[in-house]
This record gives sequence, structure tokens and C-alpha cells, in this order.
Amino acid sequence: MKKRLLALSLLMSHGVLADTAYVTNEKDDTLSVIDTNTLTVIDTLEVGMRPRGIIFSQDFRYLYICASNSDAVQVMDVSTHKIIHNLPSGEDPEQFALHPNNRFLYIANEDDAVVTVVDTEKRDVIAQIDVGVEPEGMAASPDGKWVINTSETTNMLHWIDAKTQTLVDNTLVDQRPRHVEFSEDGKRLWASSEIGGTVSVIDVDSRTISHTIRFKIPGVHRDKIQPVGVKLTSDGKYAFVALGPANHVAVVDANTYEVLDYLLVGRRVWQLAFADNQTRLLTTNGVSGDVSVIDVNKLKVIKTIKVGRYPWGVAVKP
Amino acid sequence: MFAHQRDTKATAGLKHTLKYLTRQCGAGVVLLCGFCLSGAALADLNIPIAYVKQVSDESVVSLSVYRSPQNSGVAGAELGVKDSNTTGRFLKHHFDLTVIEDTQADALMASVTLWLKEHKGALVVDASDEVLQALLSTPETASTLIINATNKSDKWRKSQCQAKLLHTSPSYAMLGDALGQFLMAKRWRKWLLVEGQSEADKAMAAAYERASKRFGTDIIARKTWTFNTDLRRSAQQEVPAFTQADDYDVVVVADTQNRFGYYLPYNTWLPRPVVGTHGLTAVSWHSAIEQWGAVQLQNRFYEGYARAMNEDDYNGWLAVRALAESVTRTGVNDPDRLYAYLISDKFELAAFKGRKLTFRQWNGQLRQPVPLTQAYALVSQSPQQGFLHPVTDLDTLGYDKPEVTCQMITE
Repeated sequence: MKKRLLALSLLMSHGVLADTAYVTNEKDDTLSVIDTNTLTVIDTLEVGMRPRGIIFSQDFRYLYICASNSDAVQVMDVSTHKIIHNLPSGEDPEQFALHPNNRFLYIANEDDAVVTVVDTEKRDVIAQIDVGVEPEGMAASPDGKWVINTSETTNMLHWIDAKTQTLVDNTLVDQRPRHVEFSEDGKRLWASSEIGGTVSVIDVDSRTISHTIRFKIPGVHRDKIQPVGVKLTSDGKYAFVALGPANHVAVVDANTYEVLDYLLVGRRVWQLAFADNQTRLLTTNGVSGDVSVIDVNKLKVIKTIKVGRYPWGVAVKP
Repeated sequence: MFAHQRDTKATAGLKHTLKYLTRQCGAGVVLLCGFCLSGAALADLNIPIAYVKQVSDESVVSLSVYRSPQNSGVAGAELGVKDSNTTGRFLKHHFDLTVIEDTQADALMASVTLWLKEHKGALVVDASDEVLQALLSTPETASTLIINATNKSDKWRKSQCQAKLLHTSPSYAMLGDALGQFLMAKRWRKWLLVEGQSEADKAMAAAYERASKRFGTDIIARKTWTFNTDLRRSAQQEVPAFTQADDYDVVVVADTQNRFGYYLPYNTWLPRPVVGTHGLTAVSWHSAIEQWGAVQLQNRFYEGYARAMNEDDYNGWLAVRALAESVTRTGVNDPDRLYAYLISDKFELAAFKGRKLTFRQWNGQLRQPVPLTQAYALVSQSPQQGFLHPVTDLDTLGYDKPEVTCQMITE
């Protein structure tokens, strides 16, 4: 009985045990580490130059960091917060996606119009795939079949067959596609177009656009509504879209594509990540240098946390 | 070291792919699905573009720092073609650039006419009013899409606009308004206007005067620069005397050919900023612009040409990109259909200025924010906050619809 109680109390304490969020500060060459329980910065870690994209390995042992100006993807041991090695990444890595095999990293090389595929175990480049001008957003489909890259000046989504590492199709979207995100079931792909001001929802089977979502915020000129980061709740209910210099995050009904609300966050909101079992959403606000915390159930901004200069990416570890 | 290797590998990979593509196309073999687009059956489409450049025949420039690179403008158009072909290879669109340049208007016209006989292509024009006029009035260009990339004269946007003529370069009026709005934002309302004697200087000065009237500022004195001696050893003595006037907030200078404007900063009678064509300048592009992802374009250009991208390069790049974007979206190379798309509501172009660019339907001018820069920095970008417009604040720059008298009749 005592044992059970102890286990229960441990479980309960685990319930409030917070997640840890890692935020890349593009202009500071650092990561801010945030405790999502206290919502405070608990550590600041020095990393390579101009850190942007950031993701965890599936077991959360490693943190991959695109150090764009160091031309490297850095691998951090999460338990010690030490950079253990760099992966070859091609020039100017900006964003990347980890394949569901937990092994292959697909890296967008912005200056070279290529996607570099790196084997994180062998630390070797296994393929480079020519894509459009200024590759940016990356996503792997949940079933591991597709890897998608967006090219900002070519305005396309490039469909890479993850088996053969070849480009097999392209979907033209609105101006300056920045970010792609698969739905949990892998049937739909959401792509934001920063300058076009839209989010395209793509049917994965036909690889064509099925819906185009537009945004309108009273008092904000439509040209300043520039969608970048997109996150979907795993229950299929909501999509959250960061609207850049419009300083708002749009809440979209992920089934009807209706925009339900706009939440005011910090200035130039860029990337998003869920925390605390998707009850919270963190946003990186580049110009104001902070992170906004959104309560996902109440759809309210509950706190702003000051981080370094130009926070860019964010990844969360339970 | 490693990055460098990757870079080489990547470039080699691209070259290989392009070669492969060319070979496949040449052999008439159906391409891998990898180079096509979802939902579209694709046929090869060729889009020839000629960059028509009237080269200056002036043998001496005022100062060597103002020397223009030989490939000025051309390099930007070339990069535009390269960028567009990267996109084009997924769609089987092939953009090809021919550079036609000459110092003499007649020779230039003859080459253009000859090229048009052999190519059903578009012209990107980098030339004076006279050459542009000649190009527009020759029957050979009647069905040609012409994009003016560098000419700033307001008449092409106000009274002599016409169908199938578009402008990527901002006009004098747009530059004047962009600067005027900034001066209003700073509350620098008393201007001393100094202008040169060339036609272009007068046009630039007229644009500043127009901005002053629009925004209600005070031109406290207007002086024409008439020195005909070389002031390089005596500017410190002469310029203060020349700029003596009632109190002014700024000196606004209109010297489009760099004959004297550079003497003014730090030499004025009153310790005031110099703005206009020198000091703080309104431009379409500047090497110090790194916001809005521009550093990517700057890097691409620098890697290719080992120099900074200038205004003409940027405007040439824009001209090709606008054309290519319309080809990408319509899948045709017919000039009438491309033009119709370019001036429609559907057209939009991302061009590293923080928002989409579109063409004004009533005069063919590309709407764009105008950066304000000093030697090594971006200072601001107009339109300034608070300058409102019922349609878009970008139309607070330059001639607006009610002021335009020409008709853009599309037959």
C-alpha cells in the first residue's frame, strides 16, 4: 500500500513535472532553456553561429541544432547540454526534418538549392537532392514515405521519395512557402506562404491543393499578415498559424479550415511548439525577443518569457 | 573545409542534373516524373528575353567611386534567368537571355529589331527616354512585352503609359515621395533644395518639389549648382557659402549624375543632414539590405559576380522574375496573356522587400516599398507609418490613379 502511494505521489508529481523547451536565439548564438512549469528561463547555452532550426531525436537523448553560419548541424547531448559532435550539413542549414526512422536528417541548404540527407549514425551525407531556389521548410510524412521541402523563391513544395532519395513531384503554392506540417494521419499537408499570406492544405494522395486559408485581422494591413510556423493538435481539432509581423497566431479549425480566432503575441512571431501534452503552445517572437505561452484549452495567451535576441526555433522535451 | 566540399558537390550535382535534363530533352525522351508538376501535362516552353542596354558613351565619370560595373543591370537579369530556370526545370520552362548593348541609339534599335524578327520574346530595357520612345514607336515591338527596368521618368507612368509596357524601377515621383514621407516622420519640414542642371536633375528636383507640396513642407530656398570648376580642393570653403540660407532642417540635393552632391555632406553652412541623391537616399535596392531574407539574394549575387548588387541589377532581376512568375503561373509565353496576368489581381511577387509586389493596373508601375539608405546601412523604408490610402499604402508613393492621364487600353 505504501509503495503504491509512493508510486502515485511520484506519478502526481510527474504530472506537474514540467516539459523543457529549447529556443534558438538567432542573433545571440545561444539556446534559452525554459521550464514550462515555472515558465522561466532556467539556462542559456552557447551553441554555433546563427542557430535556427531545432529538433529532438525521438528518444529525446539528442538535440539537433541548425547552426546556419557555422555550416553545421550540431548534436547536443541533452543530459549534459554539451555539443558532442557536428554533422555534415551542407552550406547554410536552416531547417530540417528527422525521418520517422530516427536516423536520417533532411536538411534544407538555403544558399545552395539542395536538400542534404545525413545519416546521423554514420555521420555521413547519403544524398543531396536538387530542389528550387532557397529551400526552407522540411517535413517527413508520419509513414516515412515522403519528405517535403519548400523553396521560397521557386514557390514549390518538392516531394522527395524517402526510399530512393529522389525528387518525384512538385506542387506550386503561393509566394514564399516557409513551413510544412503533416496532419497526424498523414493525409493532409499544411504549407504556409509568407508573402502570399496564405496557408495551403494539400491532399497528400493527389499532391494537389484542396483548400487555401486566408487571414484577416482588423487594423492590420493584409500585406503584413505573413504566415510562417504551423502546428496541428494531434486530436485533429486545431491548427495554429504564426502570422509573422502581424504579431498574431491564428487559430484554425483543422476540419472546416475556418479561422476561429487571432491571438496577440510578441512581435514577428515565427515558429511554434506544443508543450505539456499539448495543453500549451509556445511561440518564438523574433523582434520582441520573447516567447509567448498560449493556453491551448482556453485559447488565451497566459505569459510572455524574455529570451535572447531574435528567437527563431523551439523544440520541447517532456 | 567540409562545408566547402559539400558546396562543390552540390554545384556539381546541379550541373549534372541540368546536363542530364538537356540531354533528355534533346533526345525527346519523356522526363522522369521528378521534373513535372502535379496535375499538369507539360510541354517544353521557351521564353527568350533580350536585355537592351544603352551603354553610356561618356568616357569620364566625375569620381572613380561612381564607375558603373560593365555588367551593371545585365548581371541582375542573368541571375533572374538562373533563378527562373531552377524553377523552370520542374515545369519544362526554359528562359534564355540575350544581351543587346550599344552606345548608339540607332545601332541599338537595329539590333533589337533583328532580334525580334528571330525571337518571339520579351524585352527588358535599360535605356534613356529617347531609346525607350523609339522602341515603343517602332512597329516591330507592337506585340512585344516591354519591361522598363531602369528609366525613372514620370511621363511613362503619368501621361505616356501604354499596354504591354511595365516598369520595375521606381519613378522619380516614387523616390521623392518615399524621401518626403521620411522627412515628415522626422518632422524635418524646412528644406533647402539644391539641384543640378541636367534634365534628370530637374526631373528629380521636380519630384522633391511635388513631395513637398503633397506633404506641406517648406522649401525655404532653391538653388541651382552652377560651379564649373573642380571643387575637390575648395569644397570646404565654397559649399558653406553656397548653402547659406535661412534656417533649414535638411539640404535636399538633386544630382542624378554625381557631379557635385558628394561635396555637400559635412560642408553645409548649418550642421544639417543632406538627403536626396546623396547622403540619405531613396533607392530601389542597396547592398546593405539584409532584412526580409534579402541576405540570400545578396549572397547569391555576390557569389556569381564578386560585387554588390546595385539598383539596376535588382530592377533587372525583378523584371525577369516578374516575367518568369507569370510564365510559371500561366504556363504560356504569349505576350498578351502574360501581360494580362501581370497586371491582374492574381499576380504577386516575393522580392525581399517584406511584402508582395504587384503592378498598378492604371500605369504598369510595380508597386513596391522604397528603402532609404545611407552609405552602409538601411535607415528606413517607405511608406512610413500613418500615410494612408484607401487601397494600399504602397500607392502613397508616386502618381496615384486619379493623377494618371494616359489610358492603358488592352485591345
